[in-house]
Amino acid sequence: MEIWYKKIYCYGFMNIKKYLKVYSYFNYSSISIELEYKINLFIDLITSILGLIGSVFLLSIFFSNTDEIGGWNFNQALIIQGIYTVLNGVTNTWFNPNLKEIVKYIREGTLDYVLLKPIDSQFWISFKRISPTGLIEILLGFFVLSYCFYLNNISFNIWSSIVLIITLICSISILYSLWFLISTTTIWFVKTWNATEVLRSFLYMGRFPMDSFSFSLRIFFSTVIPITFITTIPSEVLLGLSPAWKIILEVLVSMTFLIFSRRFWKFALRFYTSASS
Amino acid sequence: MRKNIIDVKDISKSFSISSKSPGIKGTLKHFFNRKTTEKKVVKNINFEIKEGEIVGFLGANGAGKTTILKILCGLLYPSSGHISVAGSIPFEREASFLEKITLIMGQKQQLIWDIPPIDSFFLNASIYGIEKKEAIMRIKDLSEMLEIDSELYLPVRKLSLGQRMKAELLAALIHKPKILFLDEPTLGLDINAQENLRQFLQIYNRETGATILLTSHYMKDITYLCERVICVHEGYITYDGKLEKLLKKLSPNKDVSIICKSIKDIENLKTLNLEIKNISDNQITFTINKLDFKNALKEILNKYDIEDLQITEPPIDEVIGKILINKK
Repeated sequence: MEIWYKKIYCYGFMNIKKYLKVYSYFNYSSISIELEYKINLFIDLITSILGLIGSVFLLSIFFSNTDEIGGWNFNQALIIQGIYTVLNGVTNTWFNPNLKEIVKYIREGTLDYVLLKPIDSQFWISFKRISPTGLIEILLGFFVLSYCFYLNNISFNIWSSIVLIITLICSISILYSLWFLISTTTIWFVKTWNATEVLRSFLYMGRFPMDSFSFSLRIFFSTVIPITFITTIPSEVLLGLSPAWKIILEVLVSMTFLIFSRRFWKFALRFYTSASS
Repeated sequence: MRKNIIDVKDISKSFSISSKSPGIKGTLKHFFNRKTTEKKVVKNINFEIKEGEIVGFLGANGAGKTTILKILCGLLYPSSGHISVAGSIPFEREASFLEKITLIMGQKQQLIWDIPPIDSFFLNASIYGIEKKEAIMRIKDLSEMLEIDSELYLPVRKLSLGQRMKAELLAALIHKPKILFLDEPTLGLDINAQENLRQFLQIYNRETGATILLTSHYMKDITYLCERVICVHEGYITYDGKLEKLLKKLSPNKDVSIICKSIKDIENLKTLNLEIKNISDNQITFTINKLDFKNALKEILNKYDIEDLQITEPPIDEVIGKILINKK
């Protein structure tokens, strides 16, 4: 009995404590780096606000001649825009600064240092940097979402909020796994910047309701690159339109993607040859 | 008797590489029909290293030194053979193994570029589970040994190469590793910085008993630090033993420079059955085998009227350079 208790303490609790401490140092060093360049911080803030205004303007152009696109009216479609903004904020805060670096780690061989630290390499690579300006975008996204509550007369309800948070976490996991999977292939192909750019442009599709796309595109975005799961399902949850099976499916899909991306990373590391000196 | 800390038995490592012919045709061919070949870069090597030893790896570029170092620290998976470092199999990269080793590469850095090194030290300390109080103590001790102080609070990008290397060492040693893998640690440093680094490594080895394995193209690093060297050529180990013995083997000759009173004497000296290295004005330099040295010198002194004489042994750089150039 004592042994498993000790094991949980040493490898579970103490490990979580260690990882939280390391993560706090990651955040501290990232913020210190950002604060070294004050003007950049200000420019990023303006870019986020202008980006959101541009997207809402684009959406309003689509709806200027019609009341509905694929069964969604403007106010409902704005929810998708809000969720997209939150996810884009997450992308800019965590994924972009970290996962873009994988290529650099491998090309320059600095992955050597990561692999020789007694810490999970995927954790290091995924969370080393944080770009605090992306957090502004997340706040803006939540601001748009709360405005949508008012526009669509959605009453606040604890149960649907929990489901919304679960679906959002799942969306983030799917997005992360897709990005991480593509970046992992760098171990073989060395240069995969373009592939992650393609993924980002697919994510732009997520700003529009999936029902507004043709049937074949819908199939593509639900199976090959599951953008549908990323923005549409959380929006449907907010509107109370999503059936339970869709939510369960999203949870399953995100778990599958997360597990697969982790396994794939471990597998790929066996082929890491390290850059020559 | 000291225990073996590293055991390498019959290790080989192959990489698949693809070469490209020049020009557009070659580029297109390389793109559509890339042919890869298997290249064995480390070939059935065997050696053992004892606790506390400082061992230098010598060899030309591409001989396989860095690959061996990377296999030893667990970055590369050997294609075949058995290997044990500090009681573990390196490639499994267990936390208990990684806590015992460190890798320092002269041409790559782990410090975060835009912030002071002290922040990177605390980050590393947290990764190795070192409490902040203990980390402060270790940073203080190591910074005293390395003679860096105020530089710890400047952004890394503002530091000179020498200061940065010292900070890199501090970051790499904060967890008190038992084995240090150093891949060209003095690369690009000026003479003073090189000297400081060597002295530090020697003191560190003496005080902590850490085992040090290093590769370097600066011969002084090797001669200053290593009693034992392992020579690598095209993936094979061609020599493993004392540096002194290797030098004797590689440098069997001494140079004798003779200054004569007249050019006529020089002409006479030329007739001797000795290898002439150099002639200029009234000076002639012979390269003489150490075994024949005594007799040859006696003959010169007895037969010729000489003004001055100087005996030199070839500089150690030149001798070891033979390994790199002639690949013997």
